[in-house]
Amino acid sequence: MNEFLNTGLGITLLIAAQSLLVVAFVMISLVFLVYADRKVWAAVQMRRGPNVVGPWGLLQTFADAIKFVVKEVVIPAGVDRPVYFLAPLLSFVLAMLAWAVIPFNDGWVLADINVAILFVFAIAALEVYGVIMGGWASNSKYAFLGSLRSAAQMISYDVSLGLIIIGIIISTGSMNFGAIVAAQDTGWGLLGWYWLPHLPMVVLFFISALAETNRPPFDLPEAESELVAGFMVEYGSTPYLLFMAGEYIAIFLMCALISLLFFGGWLSPIPGLPDGFHWMFLKMAFFFFLFAMVKAIVPRYRYDQLMRIGWKVFLPFSLGWVVLVAFLAKFEVAGGFWARWAIGG
Amino acid sequence: MGVADITFYAFAATLLTAGFLVTVSRNPVHSVLWLILTFLSAAGMFVLLGAEFIAMLLIIVYVGAVAVLFLFVVMMLDIDFAALRGEMARYFPIASIIGIVLLMQMALLFGSWQEAEVARDLRQAPTPDLNEVHNTKALGMIIYDQYFLLFQVAGLILLVAMIGAIVLTLRHRKDVKRQNVVAQMHRDPAKAMELKDVKPGQGLG
Repeated sequence: MNEFLNTGLGITLLIAAQSLLVVAFVMISLVFLVYADRKVWAAVQMRRGPNVVGPWGLLQTFADAIKFVVKEVVIPAGVDRPVYFLAPLLSFVLAMLAWAVIPFNDGWVLADINVAILFVFAIAALEVYGVIMGGWASNSKYAFLGSLRSAAQMISYDVSLGLIIIGIIISTGSMNFGAIVAAQDTGWGLLGWYWLPHLPMVVLFFISALAETNRPPFDLPEAESELVAGFMVEYGSTPYLLFMAGEYIAIFLMCALISLLFFGGWLSPIPGLPDGFHWMFLKMAFFFFLFAMVKAIVPRYRYDQLMRIGWKVFLPFSLGWVVLVAFLAKFEVAGGFWARWAIGG
Repeated sequence: MGVADITFYAFAATLLTAGFLVTVSRNPVHSVLWLILTFLSAAGMFVLLGAEFIAMLLIIVYVGAVAVLFLFVVMMLDIDFAALRGEMARYFPIASIIGIVLLMQMALLFGSWQEAEVARDLRQAPTPDLNEVHNTKALGMIIYDQYFLLFQVAGLILLVAMIGAIVLTLRHRKDVKRQNVVAQMHRDPAKAMELKDVKPGQGLG
């Protein structure tokens, strides 16, 4: 068996099987995340939420997915066909692609590349194309306006996300997720993680992640009171399902990123308890809960306010923070609190 | 032919085809989309060369930001394609003459190409060995240590260009309604609301 796995065919099969495992994990999580999302809003609004299909409504998402798939694909007149169908595919595939470099436990990663964090960032930057292409190809003014808004919004928040990530890279001295998590393993458990030295950036990252994935309160591209459903107006059945799934996968990816960058990934919060996949999963689930709560509680922003926060508040603040962290790390202030290589992290 | 070779030819073929389609496509939006595919294939080839940092930068900067703005502008264009084709027939002769002249100039240049004796060695070892230093670090050493001054000057030139662009386009129009965010944030219920006790049948009058 071991000999077979070292041949070309064996390696190919092994990688395919591992990829399939990650895809299965993400898709199954996705199904129950949509359910959890709806249950959380329902609880906040004192409703019962989905409760008919299966026990406690657990199978509701499967029912919805089947409904979308068996529906007829209606193509509006005057659409640019290739681009119209490419857009939802692109947004789904790109959201899936970034999971290739996300580790779930020490060494549990499909592609352990050196520039992993840049790869995720590049994929996040590409995700805007699904939205722009969909909005343009639909040949509809609502869809087009939605996609223009989205393009401007995603570019603006990409900038602050990138700067926040640079702070983490400076503290670690590496762009590999494994190294970033290892740098947070200082033996103090919870207190050793990056959320403490990079405290203001955790908040900024969370808000930028909301804006980057078009989640409420920043869901301006699909603000139903102004744009019906934004770039998704002209989509139905499976293409719509792909857009929707892509959006949720991107949100879950942001939860994974927050856990890895600021909250120690698979490390246990209390020194002595075993590290492992369960911690990573619990952290991701917790941040998804926060995303759902924000959607339930916060009213939608006005578009000019969104742009103002992105460029005039987040950008200068995160830029200043990068400079500050560079100094703190270079001179190893506070015994290497910001420079983890100094304390053997 | 190993896997790396096959991958290289796949990327190269995609790059050339997409590059060709950029110029041939009738629809400018399709041209930009092909251009994005060209960038992505180029990034793939950088990865094959072991320059993964440059590859990721290419995607983040060119595909993630520059091409989006391109697409932004091109989507807004309202182009009459029939008129555009008519124009093309008119300008074709002069365009082809310019193309031929450029091609001949390049042929002349490559015909008399001379290389310094050390050039080959320099090209072969542009950075320390990949096994010693990771390529992000190697690039950082070159830019921030070795050529620090040149890097700063390049930054200064970009800054001047940026300020120039802002100065040229900044106009304070008086006839536009603007949001005063600070004033909006400093409003409180005491200033924004007033409670009136309305007597039945009298109204506020």
